[in-house]
Amino acid sequence: MIATDLLVAQNVGFGIISLLMIIGAVRVVTVNNVVHAALWLVIVLSGAAAQYLLLSAEFVAITQVLVYVGAVMVLFLFGTMLTRARIGAESDLNNKNWILGIPVAILTLGVMAYVIVDGFGSERLIENPGDTQPIPIQVISDDIFGPYLLPFWALSFVLLVAVIGAIVLARKD
Amino acid sequence: MSALLAADLPYWVQSLLRVLGGVVAVLLPAGAIVYLFLFKMMSFMQSRLGPMEAGPYGSMQLFAEVGKWLQKEDITPERADRVIFKIAPLVVLASTFLLVAVVPFGPDAWFTNFEAGVFYMLAVSSVSVLGILIAGWSSANKYSLLGGLRAAGQLIAYELPMVLAVIGVIIQAGTMNLQGIVMAQNTGEIFGWNGLGNPYILTQFTGFIIFMIAVQAELTQTPFDMPIAESELVSGYMTEYSGFRFLTFFIAEFATAGVFSFIASVLFLGGWGVPFAWFGWTDIDSVDNWMNVVGPLIMFGKMMLLSFVIMWVRFSYPRFREDQLQRFAWKVLVPISLVNIMVTAILKVAL
Repeated sequence: MIATDLLVAQNVGFGIISLLMIIGAVRVVTVNNVVHAALWLVIVLSGAAAQYLLLSAEFVAITQVLVYVGAVMVLFLFGTMLTRARIGAESDLNNKNWILGIPVAILTLGVMAYVIVDGFGSERLIENPGDTQPIPIQVISDDIFGPYLLPFWALSFVLLVAVIGAIVLARKD
Repeated sequence: MSALLAADLPYWVQSLLRVLGGVVAVLLPAGAIVYLFLFKMMSFMQSRLGPMEAGPYGSMQLFAEVGKWLQKEDITPERADRVIFKIAPLVVLASTFLLVAVVPFGPDAWFTNFEAGVFYMLAVSSVSVLGILIAGWSSANKYSLLGGLRAAGQLIAYELPMVLAVIGVIIQAGTMNLQGIVMAQNTGEIFGWNGLGNPYILTQFTGFIIFMIAVQAELTQTPFDMPIAESELVSGYMTEYSGFRFLTFFIAEFATAGVFSFIASVLFLGGWGVPFAWFGWTDIDSVDNWMNVVGPLIMFGKMMLLSFVIMWVRFSYPRFREDQLQRFAWKVLVPISLVNIMVTAILKVAL
């Protein structure tokens, strides 16, 4: 029976977290207050971290919390609070062209779903569900500093450029 | 606390025990720190007695205080953002509970044994910034908002030296697992002599100092209490909170001081362990079961020692100015910790 295969704890957890993430994602764009939108986004991003944990990808989950919840969202809130965060609803938050976003979003979803199914459709993350062992961090670091060293360097370079750009923008003269 | 009992207890009993253990591990240090240091030690340093009425030497004062706070009216400012105003203290407290979840108290007495325990610790400790920020914003009060913004700026700035200071320990131990770090310290040896293990406070002394300074700043204790500077901002992001919600912030502040002291003692002082050579243990599995009882006591002693230092500094120094505070983090602590990482890495490879 299919139901017995589907109703394992991980799948139930996946369903609940996904539901929270979808509600959160919809609220991010519909809510009428910048700070509320940012807080719903926190729920979506923490949900992603929880999904990584369910896949026993501990390191990625913790990185997600550290980078997105702990740093990006805090900076985001910091920025909005410094500039324009009023309490209560704001009327001019929605862009008039929001309807254009829907086809773009559906198109993006389609392309990403196609690429993922096409690229990894037949692969299984874990051969036997049940013996989920977290991947040791040593393996991840060996991979990053071994075969993926060049992309890692490229990413660092992009970040460096961004930092220098920020300094140039922020300078008064 | 869990692995020891894991074989013969159902899942819900284990979960219950973990929750109870977590509550004890959060509230007991908070209570001890508040009574011994905040009430008594500060009073003695200021040539007064402190609370004396409730119980012998005022030892029941904490219950009186909690009773007082619970009776107070729960006020929400009229123009505040009600829902977020109520969630904010809980976010801060949740961060504390998440933090204690990785601390190992004995060979089997742990709540979770994350492979990346140190990394997890750094990640969840940054969640409290979120709570402080939205507490300041939702109060609809310019003092609160300023306090929240100052707190966020300070916490972001001092998270960096904290992460960098811990990396030295990770390099030396060769693992991010907190149990692994405890074992590496207690099986280590100093120039071939294993009578004391090798607590990393000796080799990573720079890291230890930077870590403790960063902890002081993360807890917004004086000299880093710019966000709640009472002479300028009333009480910063906590200004509008009263009754139980203020109590939540208060417990979170001192419980986090206790938990950070726990973590610092795991990273730098050898954690729950005694040098394994004393009893002929070789690794974590050969440690005798009685360490599950003695370990938490050792941890509690080390925690009290480090909390004492935190409170001592708190009562001794005046406040940093905002620009001095930022300059100190970015121009002093970060470069020193980077140099510390480089030296540690070079010595790790060379020796």
